[in-house]
Amino acid sequence: MASIDHFLAMGGYAVFVWPAYGVALVVMAGFAIHGVAAYRRRQKELARLEHEAPR
Amino acid sequence: MLRFANPARFMRLSAAILPYCAGATAALLAVGVILALFVAPPDYQQGEAVRIMYVHVPAAYMSSLVYAVVALGSAVALIWRHPLADIAAQEAAPLGAGFTLICLVSGSLWGEPMWGTWWVWDARLTSVLVLFFLYLGYIALVHAFDDPTRGAKAGAILALVGVVNLPIIKFSVDWWNTLHQPASIFRLGGPTIAASMLWPLFIMALGFTLFFVTLLLVRMRSRLLAARISALRLAV
Repeated sequence: MASIDHFLAMGGYAVFVWPAYGVALVVMAGFAIHGVAAYRRRQKELARLEHEAPR
Repeated sequence: MLRFANPARFMRLSAAILPYCAGATAALLAVGVILALFVAPPDYQQGEAVRIMYVHVPAAYMSSLVYAVVALGSAVALIWRHPLADIAAQEAAPLGAGFTLICLVSGSLWGEPMWGTWWVWDARLTSVLVLFFLYLGYIALVHAFDDPTRGAKAGAILALVGVVNLPIIKFSVDWWNTLHQPASIFRLGGPTIAASMLWPLFIMALGFTLFFVTLLLVRMRSRLLAARISALRLAV
């Protein structure tokens, strides 16, 4: 337990280190989730349209 | 190069390499974060605050690299009028803005404890802030016209003009007096940073690069699907 606290404290720089990793995580995960969700949505939409109007 | 840039061929090729890119991204970022947080040593001057560097430096490098991609795509689109080049530039730009934001915020979070200030208006910080606004300006300009081809063209011209900012960012730490430290990795005579810190940094930078490649492919495929959807809707 003490070692986890020690790790999280980041030698007294916790309030600077964790937000730096936090902003990277939020921005990159946000792009990844949004990008993949939009892609899947369009795949489904295209499949539906091609099913409705077969050529 | 342009032979591979036909949309149908792009869809086939990108589908084939996408799983490998995604897998490599996940593996590199996982290993990189573990190395950065647990394995890399604290700095003798900065202590544990040095771990911010493993986010800041890769994000900074990506902010310039992605801009180069946007500019290159814009140049190809303007010269050869290739539609995929425009799509690549437009889908890369928001990612570049994201990396620049990570760079600015993490740099600020490092500056406060190390320099004693969140921000200074010196050449390096200001030129990176200009880069951030170039991304935003490009994205806004692309969407500012009713006719998307005019928006793409105006954006491409802005992206090319903005290229002058890239060498300014790179050499700002040599040309002007600044709080920001000079280059310690990509410099003549080799890196001046210890191997125990260089390796985590290198793996994080590679992870960030592959993250960009993977997501750019997803976003470009997504755009091409959207084009097909609207074409089908018109045909119905």
